[in-house]
Amino acid sequence: MTDMDRDDLLSLYRQMLLIRRFEEKSAEMYALAKIAGFLHLYIGEEAIAVGAIAALRPDDYAISAYRDHGHCLARGSDPGKVMAELFGKATGLCQGKGGSMHLVDLAHRFMGGYAIVGGHIPLATGLAFATKYQKQDLVTVCFFGEGAVPSGQAHEAFNLAALWKLPVIFICENNRYGMGTPVHRAVALYENVAEAARSYGIMAERVDGMDVLAVRALMRTVVDQVRVGHGPFFIEAMTYRFMGHSMADPSHGHYRTKDEVEEHRKRDPLVLLRETILGKNLCGESDFKRVEQEVNDVVAAAVKFADQSPFPAPSALHRDVMVED
Amino acid sequence: MLLSYREALNQAMREEMRRDTRIFLIGEEVGYYQGAFKVSKGFVEEFGPQRVVDTPITEAGFTGLAIGAAMAGLQPIVELMTMNFGIVALDQIVNNAAKIRYMSGGQLSVPIVIRGPGSAAHQLGAQHSQSLEAWFCHVPGLKVVAPSTPRDAKGLLKSAIRDQNPVIFIEAQLLYGTKGEVAEGEYTIPLGQAEVKRAGADVTVVAYSKMLLVAMAAAEQLSRDGFDVEVIDPRTLKPLDLDTIVTSTKKTGRLVIVEEGWRFCGLGAQIADSIYTAAFDYLDGPIVRVTGEEVPMPYSRPLEDAAIPDVPRVVAAVKSVCGAV
Repeated sequence: MTDMDRDDLLSLYRQMLLIRRFEEKSAEMYALAKIAGFLHLYIGEEAIAVGAIAALRPDDYAISAYRDHGHCLARGSDPGKVMAELFGKATGLCQGKGGSMHLVDLAHRFMGGYAIVGGHIPLATGLAFATKYQKQDLVTVCFFGEGAVPSGQAHEAFNLAALWKLPVIFICENNRYGMGTPVHRAVALYENVAEAARSYGIMAERVDGMDVLAVRALMRTVVDQVRVGHGPFFIEAMTYRFMGHSMADPSHGHYRTKDEVEEHRKRDPLVLLRETILGKNLCGESDFKRVEQEVNDVVAAAVKFADQSPFPAPSALHRDVMVED
Repeated sequence: MLLSYREALNQAMREEMRRDTRIFLIGEEVGYYQGAFKVSKGFVEEFGPQRVVDTPITEAGFTGLAIGAAMAGLQPIVELMTMNFGIVALDQIVNNAAKIRYMSGGQLSVPIVIRGPGSAAHQLGAQHSQSLEAWFCHVPGLKVVAPSTPRDAKGLLKSAIRDQNPVIFIEAQLLYGTKGEVAEGEYTIPLGQAEVKRAGADVTVVAYSKMLLVAMAAAEQLSRDGFDVEVIDPRTLKPLDLDTIVTSTKKTGRLVIVEEGWRFCGLGAQIADSIYTAAFDYLDGPIVRVTGEEVPMPYSRPLEDAAIPDVPRVVAAVKSVCGAV
């Protein structure tokens, strides 16, 4: 083990912690009515975004559904601009037009969060189609929940991706609930949702979505294959949503028990990585404290930036409906 | 040169695809079958299957794929075998193509053309005979074009392909075989410009696509009875060239609007509203609308004929607005 290993692992930890603290703060801001509308937290699932995106090149494409803060931040977006977008401010990533569910950061090749379940999966195949058409050696990563797997648009996209060997990696974040409906009441092959992709001839593998190193290791192998033209791949990342479906939903609600949530919290991806790092004697408590402080400072600065930013001017209302506007 | 509407569309796409390799054609039977209505005849031979892409019968999937490809820098032309199948792709068209630019605060754009035949042909039944232009016109973020002549079809399709917004380009099965003069060589017709197809002083008739032909025949018949009819083809339905219609209405004081689509919330209702707002004081009487009947299209020929505006109905409408009935 070297300094490089330590820095690498601490960097993953830092990214996951940033998403965690950013979202905890955004929940606070929601309670203060600084953020409104729908706010879907990714807390508990951070290892997937961070592990998967760590295996990408900066020019690869990523696209997500409506629970998208984690993917956007992991892609490297400025937390201040993300928070400002949640606040609906003019300085937000999308100038306040998108909101929590529709973050886009073209500069970081984050092609958006989309809020019609399954509707962005064809878009991902299109991004991959375009890179292949232009003979670019890029991959596209598409994140969605297991709730999207039975949708017709997902199946149409799987078929096209397999048919045309498109360089797209489907990452199913199986957090076991589509809103309040458990996977076994929504997906016929609920014990192995990847069968949906395999049935189209797409290679698929399951990974522990709480283990950022496992996610990254699998993704590195998969990205290498997909980049050189082996066609699409489907990853089922097993995870768990620690919070409610959205801010309107308490952390466990009627559809799951508090005990169940507590049980899954024992495998908190941040705790797991921290134990790994400590187990390797790579760094001590002071390093974690330093990271925690840095992250808290970044999040505090993001909130301050968002809060102090202006709302969009009324003149922004009609801008960007059409290209000419 | 005398060309059919079909040949004019073929020329437009062929010239544009020769000019810009980012343009590709995708849809059901566009390649080796030569297009369900032979609009892409010879394309796969000239441009190859990479740019003339046959798809499975999954409109949501391949329309979504094309939108994604547009987000990554390509300029797709999607052929819907008929616009009726656009309903299957409506989530992609309305929730993605139309909104992505706005939601992203102008970071992304979707330069795509979605084209195919709308309106009734002969006895195709309720699911294949619809005029859905009002649906598309209702959605901010889309342009909608519906040419009536080979000359307009070519010039407008070239402009639609070059336009960086999503454009819904509505053809008509019964127009494909119609012939008209088309200028030799390169030309475009700007989107958003109506054309006075026949000058007259007594009454203005607005009609588009297949109904333009009905309106012209009616105007010819009416001229024999001493009515001098001005016929305007908006050509682009959105953005609508209201000025041309207003100018004409101010001149004639009478307006008849002909459309094949259903009456309730039809495009004519919007045009009438706009004219009442812009030129009420110039009207000699109420605007009269000639529309399709409010029924799913029946199969039986006499019933189908009864459901679609025809020359006698337009003639009667013009006479009524002139107080001559």
